[in-house]
Amino acid sequence: MAMISEEHNKEKLGFEETELRLGLPGGGGGIVNGDFGKNTNANGKRGYLETVNLKLNLSLKETEKGENLQKEKNLISCSNNAVKPPSKTQVVGWPPVRSFRKNVMAVQKSNSEEGVGGTATFVKVSMDGAPYLRKVDLNMYKSYQDLYGALGKMFSSFTMGKCNSQGMMDFMNESKLMDLLNGSDFVPTYEDKDGDWMLVGDVPWEMFVGSCKRLRIMKGTEAIGLAPRALEKCKYRS
Amino acid sequence: MSGSDNRSEMSEDEELPDLGGDATHSSNSTAVSGGGGDQNYVSPSPDQVLENVLENVLCFLTSRRDRNAASLVCKSWYRAEALTRSELFIGNCYSVSPRRVTNRFRLVKAIAIKGKPRFSDFSLLPPDWGAHFGPWLSAMARSYRALEKLYLKRMSVTDEDLAIAAHSFPILKELVMVCCEGFGTSGLASVASECRQIRVLELMDSDIGDDEEDWISCFPDNVTCLESFIFDCVEAPINFEALEQLVARSPSLKKLRLNCYISIGQLYRLMIRAPQLTHLGTGSFSPLEIVAQGEQELNYFSAFAACKSLICLSGFREIIPDYLSAIYPVCGNLTSLNLSYANINAEQLKPVICQCHKLQTFWVLDSVSDEGLQAVSAACKDLRELRVFPVQALEDAEGPVSEVGLLAISEGCRKLQSILYFCQRMTNAAVVAMSKNCPDLVVFRLCIMGRHRPDHITGEPMDEGFGAIVKNCKKLTRLAVSGLLTDRAFSYIGQYGKLLRTLSVAFAGNTDLGLKYLLEGCPKLQKLEIRDSPFGDSALFAGLQHYYNMRFLWMSSCKVTRLGCEEIARQLPGLVVEVITRDREENETSEYVDTLYMYRSLDGPRADAPRFVHIL
Repeated sequence: MAMISEEHNKEKLGFEETELRLGLPGGGGGIVNGDFGKNTNANGKRGYLETVNLKLNLSLKETEKGENLQKEKNLISCSNNAVKPPSKTQVVGWPPVRSFRKNVMAVQKSNSEEGVGGTATFVKVSMDGAPYLRKVDLNMYKSYQDLYGALGKMFSSFTMGKCNSQGMMDFMNESKLMDLLNGSDFVPTYEDKDGDWMLVGDVPWEMFVGSCKRLRIMKGTEAIGLAPRALEKCKYRS
Repeated sequence: MSGSDNRSEMSEDEELPDLGGDATHSSNSTAVSGGGGDQNYVSPSPDQVLENVLENVLCFLTSRRDRNAASLVCKSWYRAEALTRSELFIGNCYSVSPRRVTNRFRLVKAIAIKGKPRFSDFSLLPPDWGAHFGPWLSAMARSYRALEKLYLKRMSVTDEDLAIAAHSFPILKELVMVCCEGFGTSGLASVASECRQIRVLELMDSDIGDDEEDWISCFPDNVTCLESFIFDCVEAPINFEALEQLVARSPSLKKLRLNCYISIGQLYRLMIRAPQLTHLGTGSFSPLEIVAQGEQELNYFSAFAACKSLICLSGFREIIPDYLSAIYPVCGNLTSLNLSYANINAEQLKPVICQCHKLQTFWVLDSVSDEGLQAVSAACKDLRELRVFPVQALEDAEGPVSEVGLLAISEGCRKLQSILYFCQRMTNAAVVAMSKNCPDLVVFRLCIMGRHRPDHITGEPMDEGFGAIVKNCKKLTRLAVSGLLTDRAFSYIGQYGKLLRTLSVAFAGNTDLGLKYLLEGCPKLQKLEIRDSPFGDSALFAGLQHYYNMRFLWMSSCKVTRLGCEEIARQLPGLVVEVITRDREENETSEYVDTLYMYRSLDGPRADAPRFVHIL
């Protein structure tokens, strides 16, 4: 389904979706290209910041809660009939389930949403120099920015450098790419379905999730060796 | 010696010994007269009494209730008891100062300390509120160097604390931390490397930071005396090779609970090394890579079959349900099964649970639905404890479990003693049925997740259901109520809840009468936590004669005012009355106190209160 809408959008937008551009870091939108001036993607999906806001906007302010309580009290004393509280927003600490139980369930939920067990998109993540592998479920994230944020937390030396608002990399400008790889300490790469190692960020997010088999965060200078192949492949794809 | 047993007149509190016992409670300190009324009997001297007591009686007293009673007899008994008590229980770390404890009890080998109130687990208390282990550690490092067992619950512990503890208690054998926070894997590394005699290291439900420290490698290289090693809450990857070798050189290991970074393949390797395990937490219970069709896989079934002593199984943190059948060989022996992280449905549960006929403790997610609970009811006739957690902890979600599941459980599991049940809809009829079918209930915690939700069939409040529970379950000591509740529910609780010690109330009641019923009716009430209920100052005053007998009272988002709290503080100087204010905008005011947390204390207000806590 995601693929269909993307093709549709390609037609609509003249390949803008897969056209790769370099933008400034921090998700500030493509300052270079005005088309990506907003956080929302051209195909209508929520951008990273909006997603984050949605997740965090969970607690009901105390005063609102107090007012609701008053309203509810009045309603209750009137009748014994089923009365739902007027507000549907969440209340802090209710229901009384500890946070570590909630987090785990989010993981489980994404597993079950994938259908029959076995099709969760867990991939191993290794970082050059770090002693242990990690596992991530790519379905937990909605964009490259999400993923980079999570990787940054797991591997303290990793921060994602220059890419555009969707976290995609500019592969069209070879010299800019070389600058990027020379400048970064670490760069994420992935092994795709064909067994090739690619630089992360070359394709739209959904496509990436579908084709990524494992992730490796390697030194920028080593990743330079990948870049020409990545460029070739990208040109071939688009 | 006097044989009269005046226990009913003594302090109701079983946890806190009367540490000020010298002045008010001792009779005169001359010798206790012997047997019945022999006038010519010469009383032994106090020193001889002390000696006799030490030798013959006190060494057999292990229960703290008995010891508290003994310490109240007279001064010499008080002293003898203080010198021989080796296990301490501090139910509230702020109720008494560490110095007072170490001054009275000199020979302590085991200590349990509890800190924050339970509602802090649900983000109702700002961080940095307190419960610091540091001050206790300082006192104990001086006075209890022979400490063997340390149990901490809801305490704030730092890495430095753990390093100091590891260094100060050379023969520490047991360290158990439940719901603690403030430290990370570097603290664990200190414990692993320095506590050479450690037999029990259990970390449960704690928030432990990932300092990327390879703490597993810090255990010494020789054979260990580890018997219980629980780290399922540690959210950090571990060095598996080091763990495997640790397990291989721990021949006494009986309990092992792994964290979610252990794959099922790694679990297999550990189980092969430790077939003597009785308690196992399986870790993720999924493979690192998805195994393709036809590709060879490890025989997990045989690994479980080799663990003939396994009686307690938990983990399943990222379960792929296909693998669940691997546990069939042990189901028939299991007394405890925790599937509360496994999002499985009824069809996936049934083949497992139908074999668990010895099961006494079962924790599960509501994803198994009422149908799954019916299967539990049919198979687990010996069930004592059931906990059903919600997959979606939201008020308006679709609830897969309901009164149907509760009723089924009550009909099949007649020996039930403890239940925690999250649901979206419930009826009085089902709760009443449970009260009659399960008369042995000691703990009844029902959480109807929608606030103020009534009986979904009759539209009535849930008063009658909870009323039946307190009336029919005569052993009930712990109760948590929910749903639409009027003052009537509280009148039932006050009328029948005579053994009730712990009560949890949220979004319930109409007027001050509700709380008054509780405070006037429940003589054994120790821990009362209330949130978002319309109880105010006049209800608060109704408990004045009772608060010294309680461990604490918590009231958040209720209708108590600052003046009311100040009045309580004035009338009861032995109480510490904390008023906790959350951050507010400049122009936001409320006549009501955000959070009131009050508790008795022998040593007055604490010195470490943060700025958002006002002690009245």
